[in-house]
Amino acid sequence: MSAPAGIPPRSAAVPGGARAPAAAARPPPCQNGPVQNQMQFPFGYGLHLENYSASSGHYPPVPHEAVPSQLNNQYVADYHSACYSIPVQSVMTTSVGPSMLNTQQLYSGAPHPVESAGGLTQGAISSASHLHTSVPQSYSAVSSHYSSSTSSSVASQGFPLSSGRYAMPTVSSAVYPNLSYPSMSVGSPYGQVFTSQSLPAVGQFEETNTFPDQSSTVPRTLQQQVPLGYNSTSWSTSDFQSAQDNFSRNNTGSLAKASNQINTVGIVDSSHPVSQNVQFTKPGVETSVVSSAVTSSIRTPVGDHLTEPASVPSNTQPSESLLQEAIDSSSTTSSASPVINNYDALEGGGYPETNSAASSPAPTPQTSRTPKPFGYGYPTLQPGYQNATPSTSAMQPSNPGHHSGFQQYPQQYPGVNQLSSTLGGLSLQHSQQPESLRPVNLTQDRNILPVSPVLAPVPNLNSDLRKLNCSPDSFRCTLTNIPQTQALLNKAKLPLGLLLHPFRDLTQLPVITSSTIVRCRSCRTYINPFVSFIDQRRWKCNLCYRVNDVPEEFMYNPLTRSYGEPHKRPEVQNSTVEFIASSDYMLRPPQPAVYLFVLDVSHNAVEAGYLTIVCQSLLENLDKLPGDSRTRIGFITFDSTVQFYNLQEGLSQPQMLIVSDIDDVFLPTPDSLLVNLHESKELIKDLLNALPTMFINTRETHSALGPALQAAFKLMSPTGGRISVFQSQLPSLGAGLLHSREDPNQRSSTKVVQHLGPATDFYKKLALDCSGQQTAVDLFLLSSQYSDLASLACMSKYSAGCIYYYPSFHHSHNPAQAEKLQKDLKRYLTRKIGFEAVMRIRCTKGLSIHTFHGNFFVRSTDLLSLANVNPDAGFAVQMSIEESLTDTSLVCFQTALLYTSSKGERRIRVHTLCLPVVTSLADVYAGADVQAAVCLLANMAVDRSVSSSLSDARDALVNAVVDSLSAYISTASNLQQSSLIAPNSLRLFPLYVLALLKQKAFRTGTSTRLDDRIYAMCQIKSQPLVHLMKMIHPSLYRIDRLTNEGAIHVNDRVVPQPPLQKLSAEKLTREGAFLMDCGSIFYIWIGKSCDNSFIKDVLGYPNYASVPQKLTQLPELDTLSSERARSFISWLRDSRPLNPVLQLIKDESPAKTDFFQHLVEDRTEAAFSYYEFLLHIQQQICK
Amino acid sequence: MAFTFAAFCYMLSLVLCAALIFFAIWHIIAFDELRTDFKSPIDQCNPVHARERLRNIERICFLLRKLVLPEYSIHSLFCIMFLCAQEWLTLGLNVPLVFYHFWRYFHCPADSSELAYDPPAVMNADTLSYCQKEAWCKLAFYLLSFFYYLYCMIYTLVSS
Repeated sequence: MSAPAGIPPRSAAVPGGARAPAAAARPPPCQNGPVQNQMQFPFGYGLHLENYSASSGHYPPVPHEAVPSQLNNQYVADYHSACYSIPVQSVMTTSVGPSMLNTQQLYSGAPHPVESAGGLTQGAISSASHLHTSVPQSYSAVSSHYSSSTSSSVASQGFPLSSGRYAMPTVSSAVYPNLSYPSMSVGSPYGQVFTSQSLPAVGQFEETNTFPDQSSTVPRTLQQQVPLGYNSTSWSTSDFQSAQDNFSRNNTGSLAKASNQINTVGIVDSSHPVSQNVQFTKPGVETSVVSSAVTSSIRTPVGDHLTEPASVPSNTQPSESLLQEAIDSSSTTSSASPVINNYDALEGGGYPETNSAASSPAPTPQTSRTPKPFGYGYPTLQPGYQNATPSTSAMQPSNPGHHSGFQQYPQQYPGVNQLSSTLGGLSLQHSQQPESLRPVNLTQDRNILPVSPVLAPVPNLNSDLRKLNCSPDSFRCTLTNIPQTQALLNKAKLPLGLLLHPFRDLTQLPVITSSTIVRCRSCRTYINPFVSFIDQRRWKCNLCYRVNDVPEEFMYNPLTRSYGEPHKRPEVQNSTVEFIASSDYMLRPPQPAVYLFVLDVSHNAVEAGYLTIVCQSLLENLDKLPGDSRTRIGFITFDSTVQFYNLQEGLSQPQMLIVSDIDDVFLPTPDSLLVNLHESKELIKDLLNALPTMFINTRETHSALGPALQAAFKLMSPTGGRISVFQSQLPSLGAGLLHSREDPNQRSSTKVVQHLGPATDFYKKLALDCSGQQTAVDLFLLSSQYSDLASLACMSKYSAGCIYYYPSFHHSHNPAQAEKLQKDLKRYLTRKIGFEAVMRIRCTKGLSIHTFHGNFFVRSTDLLSLANVNPDAGFAVQMSIEESLTDTSLVCFQTALLYTSSKGERRIRVHTLCLPVVTSLADVYAGADVQAAVCLLANMAVDRSVSSSLSDARDALVNAVVDSLSAYISTASNLQQSSLIAPNSLRLFPLYVLALLKQKAFRTGTSTRLDDRIYAMCQIKSQPLVHLMKMIHPSLYRIDRLTNEGAIHVNDRVVPQPPLQKLSAEKLTREGAFLMDCGSIFYIWIGKSCDNSFIKDVLGYPNYASVPQKLTQLPELDTLSSERARSFISWLRDSRPLNPVLQLIKDESPAKTDFFQHLVEDRTEAAFSYYEFLLHIQQQICK
Repeated sequence: MAFTFAAFCYMLSLVLCAALIFFAIWHIIAFDELRTDFKSPIDQCNPVHARERLRNIERICFLLRKLVLPEYSIHSLFCIMFLCAQEWLTLGLNVPLVFYHFWRYFHCPADSSELAYDPPAVMNADTLSYCQKEAWCKLAFYLLSFFYYLYCMIYTLVSS
């Protein structure tokens, strides 16, 4: 209630409304609630008013009602004429249930977009349902006030629920979700609207809804403020909001019933227009037509309305089911804060970080944003660097024109060339140096590590484009300012490339269904927020600059339900969208989810005891495996022979079929080895229960991995899918047998590290065959000795699989690894999966992508073939500038990932990133993203160490720092040459590179097992940036005295935020306890004289001596410090998909080397300390 | 005019050079085929096409691998013949390429030499463009040397 009072009465200031006929009567923004609103309503709408107040009698003016209503008024005043503000009012009282129904009908009524909208909603829901794991994660990352904006943007992005052909009907239909739409048919929308509203059924429904309304919370009011400028947003938001409440608080069943009732009533209503109110509303209709002529430019609304009612009755069914689905999805996830949960569930994707950007536009920028010229980019350059948003007042002058109608709309697109030419000369003025260019003296500044985690630099774009830009979590460029020419790039000596995490779990993702996906005709770019609309019917591709036509269907905007606003479509409002592809995108029917498990059951494997864990995890997660009713599953085990399992439905117990001819392995039965998960579930469970004990007495030590893989390939080739291989030793029989290549004496050699490449191309060939059959091979290597991961990893690398490695795995001797396997498996089995995927990365003409890093096969130069894609896979690409980018001020990159979802839908996920082009070297440095650069360098170094040698790779890494810093110093001539200066943006570069040199993958001199090294390299190639950075440079926190200072609140939990510590032993004290977050593992190091109260309160032991050596969990103690420590750790855990294992390390325990090896700033016997490294760099620069 | 060993060398190398030119042209075509997928983007995404395309790539890579040794050995044979015929200038012209071939052959990234031109590596745009450039350069070199051998052959036949 109090929240809206803070909103400036914007509507009064906006001139747009003045043109509407009823402008004089426009209600001034009122803060108090519906009653006052009504009083101020224009005389012309007296009838409405009456009507309305009558209905508002039905609806008790619940506190939160007032909030949106006021917003609505504002909106109306802004955008249309005041007359529509009346109907707006009742939105909040109605509930979602019917409004969803209503929307559904709406869509079906409209000729084209019918399926698009309906399918869209459905798609969003279905995508939510198989995203179990993602929901909680993203969610916890969001702080509470933040999350409120999240949810509102959800509505704005994904759900074109309240949309219609015309802006004006939009309002009315959204207002009266209780079947306002059918009434349109009569041609007097308002009359009908009111009719339906005053029906008894509505009142009845109302009863179910009033209670939840009263429980409005703070987040909710916030949420409703957000959509100020975004009319449709506010509708869908509030609709969902109330639905949410219903679902969480009311009896779900009764709700469904109630809404069904209403639905039928509404239909009756539409066919027999009720008389009473019609005559009242006629004047209203007339005015509405008039004003719509003002607001919408081309079409006359009435005719279109008339065409729509016919299909209304037929739509009840789908809408009901839709509602049911909505109920289901919301009920599954409602918990502590139902609001977001619900949206999560409905949307099935989302990146919390960008939400605020996408969701909270003030009304004015909103309207001016829509034309989306390149124009505003550069004048705001300077503020951009200072992270001040360009003032909205700058935008305002353009607004009146926009309000008055779309006739003027083409004028708002300034010529791109014209603008870029005027802006071309702009560059940073050194007199006012931006923060990222501030010179930092590395040798003197000892505390360069910030206390909070390093964030991605924000591209220097104007605030509108910045809001639209892709989340840095999905898409990052090493240079957020792209140099104009290759010469400039060469001068900067920084790598240019992209870091991608395309299939990331998103809590919120707009899903779009439409029969035509709008793409550029020459370069096939998907339409994105950074295209420019030349006029209403044409758009210019931002990658190849071709002018394309806007298809007829695209003119209709399902989000606002308006026609002729292509620039407001969700595709053009979101840089991350997902399309549900039409049948053009598939020539064979989408494959079902097929999972094959290939398990090593040789003596070694049985001894290690992994089978129990795997089978147990599978049993637990069998129902959570992503898939639909067609999901199939199969098992193969192997030692010196290959065993198949017949799980055909109807058998009393699983049958084992042994093939001992490993030289020419064949499938014993053509079918029934891969069985339907649901039909044969009992047999599968029997098998999983029996497997761990089945081989307990085996004496077979050989492992015929190659033949087993060949058999698996044969089994999978008709369908494609995923093969999960569990291997515990060096394959020793049949095709693909390997020999030990590691010389243990060479482990700590500083010279040549050999055998980083594969020993045989059997696995590579097999991977390519699998890739061709859309099968990915995931490798779990659980070995105690050398297993030649370099060769084995090929099977996953080229088939787009993933690799897990558990060195010295043993179920009882090494509980940390066992726990890790268990957690990894849980994530692995339940995470989202995309089958038969391809990914293509496009970029603006002039840039070219030349090298890809990750697990995939490059099928043609720009097309990555991914048999499977998983949410934990990251990719990197290197780019070069082939033609200078003189005629553009912005460049864009687009990743399109086409995949088959586990539900058998063909989907395309598109990310678009937009970055400015700069001409001066200083700007290039200012925009450098040091984390991305380091990750890209790490990828390049892995390639280099395999193709050339490890020492070459290490030299290249050092040279990268030396070159870039010396290039910087030579540009900044005024700096004294004696000290090592870096721009602020690159101040962490030497530190990260040093950390990389001490990483397992690249270190020399320290004893490193070859498999460990190779595994680290595989991780570098396939991990997304966030995880990779944790691997390279872990975060160190002191946790023995956590305070609530600067703490953040997540889900009603206080999460302390201790400052990041330098990775140096000087920060460790004997009195303290420290947590090191290495991405996949947490170390807690406890000093010898650690405070007893910490040990007692957090660890639950009386003193230091009694703490056991192997502790992998913090006990749940009822003390403040324990609570803080646990909430901090679980907050860290929630921020990543893999659940890291906790390992407690006492100061004198032998495991402490694991901890100390990560202290990269310290000197080791074989490597520089950070300071020495800086001196080394300085020396190299001076040379 | 006499039919010397040098003249014979040039005659033989003329014929073999024609074969090398053929190889070079074949390489160029093969790399071009690898680089471009002559399918509409929608077809490219189709799993059925994916399989064909992959087979195609593997086949081309297999052939490329097969051609490596013949090409290198033919060229080395030239050099040995010119060495024997004491045609120092011609030998001098060919020696850089011989060394380059040796470097290419023995500087194999992987542990086993059978991995030269392996599909994942070749499909890298960087490698591919390098290979393509290499093939064009070789084509130019072989063409020039073809005419040079022709000239030298006639010259030796006429002069001696």
